[in-house]
Amino acid sequence: MLSIHLILFLAFGAVAAAGAINLLVQRHPINAALSLIAVMAALAGEYMLLGAEFVAAVQVIVYAGAIMVLFVFVIMLLNAGVEEQTKGSRVAIVFGVPGMLLGSLLIAWVVLKHSGTGDVAVGALPGAPNVIGQLLFHEFLLPFEVTSILILIAIMGAVVLASKPPVPGGGPAKKVQD
Amino acid sequence: MVPISYYLVLSGILFACGVCGFLIKRNIITIFMSIELMLNGVNLSFVAFAAHWHQLAGQVFVFFVMVVAAAEAAVGLAIIIAVYRTRETLNIDQVNLLKL
Amino acid sequence: MPIGLYILASVIKSAIVLLVLLTAVAYTVWLERKVVGHMQNRWGPTRVGPFGLLQPAADGLKFLFKEDLTPPHVYKPLFLAAPLIAVVFALTSIAVIPFGNDIEIGGYTIPLQITTDVNTGVLLILGVTSIGVYGVALAGWSSNNKYSLLGGLRASAQMVSYEISLGLSLVGVLIMAGSFSLRDIVHAQQGHFWGFIPNWNIFHGQIIGFFCYLMAAYAETNRIPFDLPEAETELVAGYHTEYSAMKFAMFFMAEYANMITVGCLATLMFLGGWNGPLFGPPVLQAILPVFWFVAKVFCFLFLYIWVRGTLPRFRYDQLMAFGWKFLLPVALANLIATAIGVAW
Repeated sequence: MLSIHLILFLAFGAVAAAGAINLLVQRHPINAALSLIAVMAALAGEYMLLGAEFVAAVQVIVYAGAIMVLFVFVIMLLNAGVEEQTKGSRVAIVFGVPGMLLGSLLIAWVVLKHSGTGDVAVGALPGAPNVIGQLLFHEFLLPFEVTSILILIAIMGAVVLASKPPVPGGGPAKKVQD
Repeated sequence: MVPISYYLVLSGILFACGVCGFLIKRNIITIFMSIELMLNGVNLSFVAFAAHWHQLAGQVFVFFVMVVAAAEAAVGLAIIIAVYRTRETLNIDQVNLLKL
Repeated sequence: MPIGLYILASVIKSAIVLLVLLTAVAYTVWLERKVVGHMQNRWGPTRVGPFGLLQPAADGLKFLFKEDLTPPHVYKPLFLAAPLIAVVFALTSIAVIPFGNDIEIGGYTIPLQITTDVNTGVLLILGVTSIGVYGVALAGWSSNNKYSLLGGLRASAQMVSYEISLGLSLVGVLIMAGSFSLRDIVHAQQGHFWGFIPNWNIFHGQIIGFFCYLMAAYAETNRIPFDLPEAETELVAGYHTEYSAMKFAMFFMAEYANMITVGCLATLMFLGGWNGPLFGPPVLQAILPVFWFVAKVFCFLFLYIWVRGTLPRFRYDQLMAFGWKFLLPVALANLIATAIGVAW
């Protein structure tokens, strides 16, 4: 019997899978980026179904609202055009697409065959913000601090890499340029 | 009630699409997006397993994955901009020399 | 409450809120033209109806009947989708905003809010508004026009930068209320201190947070002094240069709907929500909270218009420097000070 939970799961799942396949089919990066955003939004819906409301909100804010904006920004900035087909990409399609089909079939078969895993109800494990916060700042304090250092390093690295190369004759040491 | 295996199959489909995109795409930005797709597939299985084992740690792990993805996106896109500045192409087949 | 009745109540509430919101959007435009006109020693709209009050209707008709041009060089799918994205997400974000206490009709408790009280209301608003960036960015990109592209690039960079300050300025309030639920945040601001000053967050230690929020919100909604994405003196009209008729009107509506959402959020987070003096017969007591809420949002919108009539536009590098080098540290300092104060 189709419960409303299953219908919602299938709807979000269909959007996510369609977005993922569309990402493969589309030749223009901006279309690929938009289909990835659709995947992320659909996944936020799946998280809601699983009860992880805080994760869902963060998924929308961080992934769809910040990381993907960065991607779209770079695509716009570099004016990336339609992807060219090369010899390498044809070889990759010949081996990659069957490989992917085989891989996903294998995963699906293994998971469905050995599904001694049971069912999950709607909102199976409510991840309220305060509970997640308690976990983050008590049990996972060390990893949390380590990731904060990681992101600090990433900020500095991004600034160094993306800043304009120094003008010849002035400024700090000149990097290797032609 | 939805069997947890459905969530895992969906997660597997997303991950496989990510791998496939990583293999067949030739634009650096799209390849990078495929990596994000793989991370998203893994996140879904984290949350599904968290619900199954009643361990909120699974949801906390998703945050760490997101932080790593954000850091990776910032640095990776900066590298892409730097590559584009020197090579004036985004096609990875043409980025095959260590030194210009 | 049975599920059918719940859905019926939600549909009715959505329809009412949408109607009120769209009317409010139209009359905010009228108010802006009128107030800015008077500030600049002009009359503003006067011809259509008394005091130009029918001007929004006339504008709407004009938008509907104008020829809808699609330039030949645009990337069509995204060119058509961009205004829709902008307006849909601008209107969606109002869904979690509560307008008053629960009311009782026929034995059922109905919250004055489209959704029920969600645990993560603030986060949902932030998420939906952050998706709205795509409307502007894609409009700029798909127009295939250098001014549009510059406007879109500016908008996406500006919104991502100021979103951080916006979020951080709200965290102080969240710490004080100890909840993400907008209803709890309003309830935490009830009462008075020192006998007469209302217990609103703006008077209760969050004044710096409020100003950070104000500035970040102006940048998020692309308003003067931060309206670089559509700076008409340098970029023609920025991201919506190529848009006409109803598609242009959608961007227009999205901008004003965003202003109203930002005003509602400011009211709930800093200005005490629907708290205010209650008096008179029971019917009046039931209406007054909603009245206070609307009055506060109106004051916030008036402030927007006032600032528009007063301040010049920033330069783009000044905007970025202001966001990262001033606003972000101040918001962080406010957050730390609030945390110390609460922990005390």
